[in-house]
Amino acid sequence: MKVRLKIWRQPFQNNKEGGFAFYTLEEVNPNMSFLEMLDQLNNTLILKGDEPIAFDSDCREGICGSCSLMINGKPHGPGYGITTCQLYMRRFKDNEEIIVEPFRSRAFPVIKDLIVDRSAFDRIMQAGGYISVSTGQAPEANTIPIPHHVAEKAFDAAHCIGCGACVAVCKNGSASLFVGAKITHLSLLPQGQAERRRRILQMVEQADKEGFGACSFTRACEAVCPKSISVEVISKMHREYLISTLIKRLGWIY
Amino acid sequence: MPNADVDNKGITLPDARIPSGPLSGKWQKLKDNVALVSPQNRPKFKVIVVGTGLAGSSAASSLGEMGYNVEVFCIQDSPRRAHSVAAQGGINAAKNYRNDCDSVYRLFYETIKGGDFRAREANVYRLAEISAKIIDHCVALGVPFAREYGGMLANRSFGGVQVSRTFYARGATGQQLLLAAYSSLNRQVALGTVSIHPRMEILDIVIIDGHAKGVIARDLVSGRITAHSADAVVLATGGYGNIYYLSTNGRGSNATAIWRAYKRGAAFANPCFTQIHPTCIPISGDYQSKLTLMSESLRNDGRIWVPARKGEQRSPSNIPESDRDYFLERLYPAYGNLVPRDIASRAIKRICDEGYGVGPGGLGVYLDFSDTIRKKGVDYLKERYGNLFDIYKEITGENAYVSPMRIYPAVHYVMGGLWVDYHLMSTIPGLFVIGEANFSDHGANRLGASALMQGLADGFFILPNTICDYLAKVGPRKISTERTEFSSLERELIEKNKRLLENKGKKTVSQFHKELGKILWDHCGMMRNGPGLKEAFTQILELKERFMKEVMVGGEPEGLNQSLEYALRVADYFELAELMCRDALNREESCGCHFREEYQTPEGEGMRNDKDYGYVALWFHGGKEGNPILVKEPLVYEEIQFSTRSYK
Ligand SMILES: Cc1cc2nc3c(=O)[nH]c(=O)nc-3n(C[C@H](O)[C@H](O)[C@H](O)COP(=O)(O)OP(=O)(O)OC[C@H]3O[C@@H](n4cnc5c(N)ncnc54)[C@H](O)[C@@H]3O)c2cc1C
Ligand code: SF4
Ligand code: FES
Repeated sequence: MKVRLKIWRQPFQNNKEGGFAFYTLEEVNPNMSFLEMLDQLNNTLILKGDEPIAFDSDCREGICGSCSLMINGKPHGPGYGITTCQLYMRRFKDNEEIIVEPFRSRAFPVIKDLIVDRSAFDRIMQAGGYISVSTGQAPEANTIPIPHHVAEKAFDAAHCIGCGACVAVCKNGSASLFVGAKITHLSLLPQGQAERRRRILQMVEQADKEGFGACSFTRACEAVCPKSISVEVISKMHREYLISTLIKRLGWIY
Repeated sequence: MPNADVDNKGITLPDARIPSGPLSGKWQKLKDNVALVSPQNRPKFKVIVVGTGLAGSSAASSLGEMGYNVEVFCIQDSPRRAHSVAAQGGINAAKNYRNDCDSVYRLFYETIKGGDFRAREANVYRLAEISAKIIDHCVALGVPFAREYGGMLANRSFGGVQVSRTFYARGATGQQLLLAAYSSLNRQVALGTVSIHPRMEILDIVIIDGHAKGVIARDLVSGRITAHSADAVVLATGGYGNIYYLSTNGRGSNATAIWRAYKRGAAFANPCFTQIHPTCIPISGDYQSKLTLMSESLRNDGRIWVPARKGEQRSPSNIPESDRDYFLERLYPAYGNLVPRDIASRAIKRICDEGYGVGPGGLGVYLDFSDTIRKKGVDYLKERYGNLFDIYKEITGENAYVSPMRIYPAVHYVMGGLWVDYHLMSTIPGLFVIGEANFSDHGANRLGASALMQGLADGFFILPNTICDYLAKVGPRKISTERTEFSSLERELIEKNKRLLENKGKKTVSQFHKELGKILWDHCGMMRNGPGLKEAFTQILELKERFMKEVMVGGEPEGLNQSLEYALRVADYFELAELMCRDALNREESCGCHFREEYQTPEGEGMRNDKDYGYVALWFHGGKEGNPILVKEPLVYEEIQFSTRSYK
């Protein structure tokens, strides 16, 4: 099959402006992944002496969260519950025009072409997305039972791959699904209780600092999340936040 | 091909520093006797950790917790994306939660046997000993392992063992473990003991007075080459399976850091030991950039078969039981579908080579879940392996709940890597190597669910207890990166980059990489033989020369240039590929994944030669012109006997 591509190109220096470039690629195999199609395009660009298109990917199995394209206006492209690397060309029609852009958000500056800087996510995690236990301090693993359904629910939330699609699709650029997922994961588990209040306050505060917007509950994030994280985690986060702020006001935590 | 039987030119065997005494007391003995660094002195030491996979993240965070001053580097944009994140199946631990006679000894013995008696006894015993603590720690960090209804941890079994000792978190165990290690890393960043440098690639190791005292990095965003000094360097850079071009590894996995260390004097051990994983999605075309694994745990609930007749045209569901050949169950009745990976992979390759394979090109066999669906229902499968079935559907467009999966072996893991002693230190003092990057613990074949265990054992529990011995003995030293040892390497690298970028060739890096991969897969893959390896050696040399002259890289040295990153990695692969073939040629026996066709039993099983090859092969760089130098570390088994590995 043949595809016509309209791809955002942006030089490395941030102050330089980007723009769309047009390419056509013949002989695309429908069993190729979207990224393999871009690899092929890049091979032809390199041989012509042009700069290849920069984009992120690593595992190409939908789990590392590296890949991050806006394809036809949707993060990770058409399809439900998958990442860009899991998108196959058979989803597109012959001769279709495909628009490819980087994830858009104030908190994710573009580094080059289709690569954005998502280090804000790391800083949110550093603000409290962990359980404070040093190596060597842990009790025997089965001393604290965790019922099956609780472990399963915690896993559902913990499965977030930190890709940022939820932010890219949100009209407010909110990171609520991402933050909510970690909050939910850790607050469900008995191990995460000690720092529960402090964690939510610090993580939300950091997300604000990084320039992520507030959540107005349009649920667009849930629809594009490759791991199908449910907006329930946002409700949970709001509840946790409210209670924690209250408790803090009462002076019970610092 | 030069003579493989090289003399060792006066290089003596390095001391493996294995404590004396009974196996079960060795680790404690080391801990009782190492030199310590007192807590108030630890901040004076700086340790560089390269890599943020399970091994690197766990090491960096544990060292940070102890008070050392730690800097970690990784090539991804966040430590959370290190390749460990992709591990699916699970992690082993000798907890005996299933009351099925599991024990530290049994885990130890099975790992040694699985590795075909080519691993170091003391290391493996220590790994088994530590395994249970890993689970405790990861649960404490919040890993949502699978649980039973009453809240106790669940287990499943994996290839090569007869007990259920594998802990798992659906099909995303690696992700959950890595996120746990990443979260402890984050905690240390918040506390100020660890600083993280993402998107930075280490391109060389700096040696000062014979000790590793720093690294040279390329900032993958700005393109700047920078020098970093430290009191010790830890390499946790993962495996080099990508050398084959197609593998299950993430695209970024590479050999550069360990290869540079080799060229600076570190011994490279057993480079030819590559594990081929039996259950991957078959190749569909030559545009493919990687292969996808279907976790081995599927073999617990799926049965492997091919049609009993060649050229069978019926769809799998229309083929009655009597016309199916469940060949693993037939050949290996005791273990059946759960034989170890090397055995299963070879059996699958053979049956396809004989013409019974299914799917495009006959390169595939069925992995069939219909029995389990009948007995336990679809929901049971969904809960255990749901994401694997989803991945399979995305890639192949087929629904494996309805018709069987098609699978074929693919390159997966490398047992070879830098040689380390019992302290996990390489032959360069101050250079430590952990996780898949080192050679230890798995011998000639790795059993399922044991790499995650090794990465975390190395990083959380072993290295933090051994590195202190080195640091205490050498003392802290503030080394300036202005020294010539740093600046000369920086200049060398800038030159090298320039040379590559000035080439105006006709072929891209990936085209060369693909060719190299094919040579290796054909001649140094699932099966090897003498003439083939010699042939590969010549072909690799030829291709390498063409690469240096004809490759087209493109772009600028400054700024982000992914094509340059890739070219630098592939340049190293060419050199490593030579060493792999040399090592494979030298080892005139079959052991584990290393199957030399000349050495097999009449039934087609590998034939080991313990008398002549019961050793770890250490290769030292022979200088610019010289050949690599082979030194042998004999494998001495004190508590167990060499025995034939049988899974019948
Ligand atoms: C698909 C798949 C499934 C698997 N499933 C299982 C399983 O179920 N159970 C099991 O036990 N094992 C499994 N394995 C094996 C296991 O995942 C790996 O062996 C293990 O995770 C390796 O961990 P590591 O920390 O040594 O290296 P990695 O996780 O590979 O980390 C390497 C790190 O080094 C960094 N790095 C590399 N080179 C450089 C450089 N030059 N400069 C700077 N940084 C660098 C990378 O950025 C990365 O952070 C699986 C492997 C694959 C591919
Ligand atoms: S919540 Fe979903 S969309 Fe958002 S970062 Fe996590 S996986 Fe990506
Ligand atoms: S490349 Fe890892 S999720 Fe797409």
